[in-house]
Amino acid sequence: MANLLENAGRETLSQLDYVGSLHIQLWATLRGMRTALPLVGNRYRWRAAVRQMLEIGVDALPMVALLAVCSGFILAMQGASELRRFGALHYVIDLVAVGFTRELGPLLTAIAVSGRSGSAFAAEIGTMRVTEEIDALKVMAFEPVEFVIAPKFLAALVAVPCLSIVSNFFGILAGGLFMFFSTRLSLPLYFHYVLSSIELRDVSAGLIKSLAFAVIIAQVGCLEGFRVRGGPEAVGRSTTTAVVRSTFLVIVADAVFTTIFYFVGKT
Amino acid sequence: MPIISVRDLVVEYDGRRVLDGLNLDIQPGEIMVLLGGSGSGKSTLLRQILGLEQPKSGSISIKGTDVTRCSQAELTKVRRSIGVAFQSGALFNSLSVEDNVALTLREHTALAPSIIDLVVWMKLAVVGLADFGKLQPRELSGGMKKRAAVARALALDPEILVLDEPSAGLDPIVAAELDELIVFLKETFQITALVVTHELSSAFRIADRIAMLFNGRFLAVGTKDEMRASQHPRVRQFLNRAPDNQVHAPAVAAYLEQYVRSREAN
Repeated sequence: MANLLENAGRETLSQLDYVGSLHIQLWATLRGMRTALPLVGNRYRWRAAVRQMLEIGVDALPMVALLAVCSGFILAMQGASELRRFGALHYVIDLVAVGFTRELGPLLTAIAVSGRSGSAFAAEIGTMRVTEEIDALKVMAFEPVEFVIAPKFLAALVAVPCLSIVSNFFGILAGGLFMFFSTRLSLPLYFHYVLSSIELRDVSAGLIKSLAFAVIIAQVGCLEGFRVRGGPEAVGRSTTTAVVRSTFLVIVADAVFTTIFYFVGKT
Repeated sequence: MPIISVRDLVVEYDGRRVLDGLNLDIQPGEIMVLLGGSGSGKSTLLRQILGLEQPKSGSISIKGTDVTRCSQAELTKVRRSIGVAFQSGALFNSLSVEDNVALTLREHTALAPSIIDLVVWMKLAVVGLADFGKLQPRELSGGMKKRAAVARALALDPEILVLDEPSAGLDPIVAAELDELIVFLKETFQITALVVTHELSSAFRIADRIAMLFNGRFLAVGTKDEMRASQHPRVRQFLNRAPDNQVHAPAVAAYLEQYVRSREAN
């Protein structure tokens, strides 16, 4: 019995420690982010940030687009098979448009980026820890947070919302293709209906969420990398942990935001 | 006035005392060699001096600043005058060899790019890597990585050079050239060097003073002649490369007998 309590206590403390470390790192990153900005910061950090934007964003486009198209079809078809019974097939358009802009676009993008880039951050930084590159940075009077994390963080903040918009577009397009093939609805008319069914606040809610997701993915990935102690197998474990933890936190954050927007929307 | 001063340094890992009340003074312009067996605490001492870890108690002063107690800004300032070459090179894998050496020059100085290129070429030439600047670290051999690390350590012309096993894994000629380089730097630029090494021939070629570490304590600190004349059994064993007689037939037989007896007793 005491053992159970001990384990529960230890687990709680280690989770609190983790959340605390995450917050400390986030705060340090925000302070160091100034050097990664385009005009007012260090030009090498900015270049590194741009390179990261290409890696996180542009390289992920095919995967995110494909995910969005598939999810668009899935949502449209599942929705259609139910709404058809009420003769309300037309509302598939609303479902897809609102579903993607408010929810699926940012969430799917975040899960894809978490798997791709969250693990990449953890692996890169973890390897740097093992090979003493982080120590080398410190003794060369560089701040690892500024040098390593800030460019990645800035890049994620830019790339993830952009990917979400791309994801929204492809998801809605997939819905349009479904509507075309099942009801002969022309695409221009479909898009007209889409635009009338979503409001600006749907899109902006989705973008706020994707900013939050970007913060989570970048911070968790980098923290797992910095926590690596030991050799290559520790690096491997850190990539798994980074993906699992960031996906979990993304979904929790999504629930929180959705709840907030739900109650705000009712007023 | 010593440039590096270690006072009563105590370092513990998980309750185990790794460094036990160390005292050391390194004078400016001298080459101090840290000798010691594996696990004696050499790398730990190095990490403490570089400010990468905090001790349990004691202090380390570098150029008058206590690096165990100072602010981050003061530590950064002290680190600008130290050049470090790590044991495995620790070159940044995302940058070419040239960019590795140029990194501190580009970010900590206002030199023009053409001057930086020249300085980088000079530093690489001095370690024998003048033609290898454009390569990536993963394309270098182990020895070349270590030499590139030394070039990177020298980039800002530091007052203090810290080298962690610089000759390990290098062929004898290249190792000898590195030794000559260290002596040259000391004689021409009055660089202070702290070199951790196993290689006795290197140590006795370059050292002004030698400090031998064993189980977290200094067995002996002195000039080459004082070390050679030392009568301490451990020092003599280290210098004579005399093995501990673990792999000796009677000893192994005795151990086996003891093991079998302990199993029979259970």
